Amino acid sequence: MSSPLSPPLKKDPQKRTQSPLRPPEARSRAALGLTAAAAEGRFALQVCDDCGTVQYPPRDVCGSCLSAALEWQDISPAGTLLAETRIRTSINLYFRERTPWRMGSVQLEAGPVVLCHVHGDCERGGAVTLLNRLDASGQGVLLAVPKDRTSNMEDDPQMRALSAAPKHRRILITDLRNPNTPALVSALLEAGASTIFVGEAESWRPHANRDLISGLEKVSVLPLDVTDTSSVQRLAGEIGGKTDILVNNARFLRPGGVLARGDTAFAREEMETNYLGLMRLAQAFGPGMCTRTNDGVNSAVAWVNVLSVFALSNTPDFGCFSASNAAAYSLCQSLRGEFRASGLRVMTVFTGPDDDDWTQPVPPPKVTSKALAKAIVSGLQQGLEDVWCGDVAMEIRERWRRDPKVLERELTQGGEGA
Amino acid sequence: MSSLNQLVSGLASGAVRIVDLTHTLDPDFPVIVLPPEFGQCARFRMEEISAYDHRGPAWKWHNISMSEHTGTHFDAPSHWISGKDVPNGSVDEIPAEAFVGPVVVIDCSKGAAENDDFELTPEIIAGWESEHGRIPEDAWVLMRTDWSKRRGADYLNMRADGPHSPGPTPEAIRFLIEERNIRGFGTETVGTDAGQGAHYVPPYPAHYLLHGAGKYGLQCLANLDQLPATGAVLIAAPLKIKNGTGSPLRVLAMVTE
Repeated sequence: MSSPLSPPLKKDPQKRTQSPLRPPEARSRAALGLTAAAAEGRFALQVCDDCGTVQYPPRDVCGSCLSAALEWQDISPAGTLLAETRIRTSINLYFRERTPWRMGSVQLEAGPVVLCHVHGDCERGGAVTLLNRLDASGQGVLLAVPKDRTSNMEDDPQMRALSAAPKHRRILITDLRNPNTPALVSALLEAGASTIFVGEAESWRPHANRDLISGLEKVSVLPLDVTDTSSVQRLAGEIGGKTDILVNNARFLRPGGVLARGDTAFAREEMETNYLGLMRLAQAFGPGMCTRTNDGVNSAVAWVNVLSVFALSNTPDFGCFSASNAAAYSLCQSLRGEFRASGLRVMTVFTGPDDDDWTQPVPPPKVTSKALAKAIVSGLQQGLEDVWCGDVAMEIRERWRRDPKVLERELTQGGEGA
Repeated sequence: MSSLNQLVSGLASGAVRIVDLTHTLDPDFPVIVLPPEFGQCARFRMEEISAYDHRGPAWKWHNISMSEHTGTHFDAPSHWISGKDVPNGSVDEIPAEAFVGPVVVIDCSKGAAENDDFELTPEIIAGWESEHGRIPEDAWVLMRTDWSKRRGADYLNMRADGPHSPGPTPEAIRFLIEERNIRGFGTETVGTDAGQGAHYVPPYPAHYLLHGAGKYGLQCLANLDQLPATGAVLIAAPLKIKNGTGSPLRVLAMVTE
């Protein structure tokens, strides 16, 4: 069993905040397939199309038959821990301050022997499962964990370093008015968050969510309007130094494409909230969070942005909304690059239509607030970059990957004409 | 001594005082809220362009954005469908003389304190006239409710059945237009109509009747408790916006001590 993680002490104001450090980032292009799989929590290795050999480490030609037809495939993560050791010193600054660090070799049932990080509860010769997780450099690395759960498993320091777990962390949810906020609050509290701040825009306009959450223990409702730069800056000034996870669920949504209204008013609101709101938050909270990614148990760890899956390919029923989400998704990719050096993760959560008033005429399946909250918590616990929540989001992802043009043609299927 | 010289010396001596009837343009100041499928009134927003820094080393300035109907603002006749064909109905066409003129204040603060849906009626106007004399022709009529002292959610006072705030009845507005030929009507609330004004016949009578008759509106006024019932002069000049239906503005009153 792992020792349970203790809640962090209050910060010593005379001590300098530790600088962000990262494990090595360099990878070959072939090896980035592992990172792409880790970004959504899959365990994948290259498999030779010609002879079927499972490859490790990633490479350009098959180690067995020299074929270049290597495809990344999800394979069984089951294996046996062959050997293990604890590394007690390192010239790498990141590992140097984290020793001892457990490493080992695992015989995979699928064939290869892999060198990987090893969870403290794994026993030599024991059955293990390999997890493919993103490290602080945003690269996929392999961690062997015991096949069967052990107590406080997630509190193992090597496993926690490969996650963005909410436990003992302080979280800002940016939009009290979003219907999903109460479910998010309760899921994050259940996952061990120490404090939840909830931003409320326009308190002069009452909202039922305030009554649902404002009395909860560990929850504070604070003024925040992502369309108002001064409001965002004011809140960042107050709590920017203790925001460990920021969940941006602020959203403005109206149905319709370009011709539906004949003006740009709602489209502008969508851009103000969904795109520029994200930018304002990132400018105000991002730099502070980036300096605190090595700040102990409650270090800053992740930026979560909830997006419509139609950010990938426009659905004209919600054409302008989709466009604003495409812009926001692109901005999230920029933020990944800008946050990368600090180790702050950006998790994009793609959802299908939910139970919002504006999606009332959209047929099911719909994403419930509870399902979204669960996906966000589990995504944070696994340290994911891309979360696909609900059947619609997963289906769109598959079709988009298969052929973006075919998906576009299907989503823009015409009616009978005017 | 010309009358303007008298005014200037009055201002200098303090015999004439300026009262600011304007709320500060603040991003968090309430605006009218319509059903969400309708277009909405933009809030006041301010973005820094530079502040003596790398974006402009010696100067500070902002870009601002808002609706014509954000904050303390002026309603032109073209704001309402009833006034769409009124001559000189937009803010850029209104003759400048209309922006300076006499103002009377009908104090409804006691009634509004007791009843959020307090109504200004012809009877209240008659009672006011019996005390202060007949409302002069072409005057601004302001309805004082002390509503401007409310903060936060109490200002719109929004409930499940809509906002609750005081305002005039259709009969009161008709009387002011037809019997007194006023210049315009102003309030301390978010609109010239009562919060529940949609339920009158016609709906929103102040907007519908005033603007149909080529009259003006002022709303989100402040400091009406500092004005005398009669005798003050109102300065309310909207921005000269091409085809503008209204405008945020600085509303000032001149009062004699």
